Amino acid sequence: MTQLSKEQCREIIARRIAKEFKEGDIITLGIGLPTEAANYVPSDVHVMFQSENGMIGVGHRNLAAPRNAHITNAGGLPVHAKEGAVFFDTSMSFTIIRGGHVDATVLGALQVDAEGNLANWMIPGAFVPGMGGAMDLVVGAKKVIVAMEHTNKGEPRILQKCTLPLTATHEVDMIVTEKAVIDVTPEGLLLKEINPLFSLEDVINSTAAKLIIPEELSVKAA
Amino acid sequence: MIKHIVSIAEAAKLIHDDASVMIGGFLCCGSPQKIIDELVKNQTKGLTLIANDTGFPDSDRGKLIVNKLVKKAIVTHIGTNPETGKQWHNKEIEVELVPMGTLIERIRCAGASLGGFLTPTGVGTVVEEGKQVMEINGKKYLLETPLSADFAIIYATKTDKFGNAFLDGTTRNFNPVMATAAKTVIVETEELSEEPLNPNEITIPGVFIDYIAL
Repeated sequence: MTQLSKEQCREIIARRIAKEFKEGDIITLGIGLPTEAANYVPSDVHVMFQSENGMIGVGHRNLAAPRNAHITNAGGLPVHAKEGAVFFDTSMSFTIIRGGHVDATVLGALQVDAEGNLANWMIPGAFVPGMGGAMDLVVGAKKVIVAMEHTNKGEPRILQKCTLPLTATHEVDMIVTEKAVIDVTPEGLLLKEINPLFSLEDVINSTAAKLIIPEELSVKAA
Repeated sequence: MIKHIVSIAEAAKLIHDDASVMIGGFLCCGSPQKIIDELVKNQTKGLTLIANDTGFPDSDRGKLIVNKLVKKAIVTHIGTNPETGKQWHNKEIEVELVPMGTLIERIRCAGASLGGFLTPTGVGTVVEEGKQVMEINGKKYLLETPLSADFAIIYATKTDKFGNAFLDGTTRNFNPVMATAAKTVIVETEELSEEPLNPNEITIPGVFIDYIAL
């Protein structure tokens, strides 16, 4: 079985997610791994990143700015504004987010399941940071992409049914991990791609949900 | 319509123990930092804090938490300030976590005298607990109610004597909506403009502002 470092996993996931972005898209990225997808957008695809704290047109980090800079991203870090950028207050930001004006959002997950349910905001008794804008984003964005490592210390995170408190129900459209790309369909989880570094068997064994496996993928893997 | 112009110290003295206080800002961006420091100095306690987040332990709203001045926090996120989680665990503070889009809309409802609103956010999650679920045209929504406060302490980059305020970049965040929803509204401004601001370039109309502090 292929062993990848955490950094290698994150790069594979971020690169693959960037391929989902289409010309003209407005995209909201979660903090952490999802933010890295911004580094791999093809140069011929023009997208604008929305930030829940009140901005469309988020650019690169502004390393020269003070901590209380006037232009920051949703992680509170100073950023540059890209050409065409716009600032707005939280009310407008969530009209954009909840109102269906964001084309795609990329979020991390603790668990995701066969019905497209997502758990990414708390582990009772251990980790309760709060949901921030995640619940609104998942409900409002046209396409919800989950970016996460396939397992947590070997434990599957793609389950038949989430066990942790949910962020939203039936909203996830796509799951991208270092091992596979999976679409959430009304029939269940459809395995779309396998990273050639991994076997079909490895993907199946590290997933605790039933996968629909198209014939061409099983033939290729065999 | 010239507003009361006060010092930071005078502004902070308006806020009494056990008050409910909306404080603008998103992490370190667009926070009324000087008034927060003054509340810490005054040890104004028993506060109900309504804000996006509880900041960091060493900055902004986080200092109120670290100094144990907050009785209850109604916020969207506490992850950047481990002290909030610790006090919550020890039952020293009450925390109500609210989705960001719901928190801002609850405040907007109070400012606009609306009775509440229906949102799909939180349906099928713990946020639904204790709330009325309504089905409209086959889709489920939660009934969320207005949220007001005794005080709103907000930030502005530049304010004129009429209270009209300009907020630069992403410093806007919760500030404009909070200005509509409290009995007494104090704006901490970086700059007081002698000349009236250009009416085309105003983020918050002065009608909402009671005190200008700097």
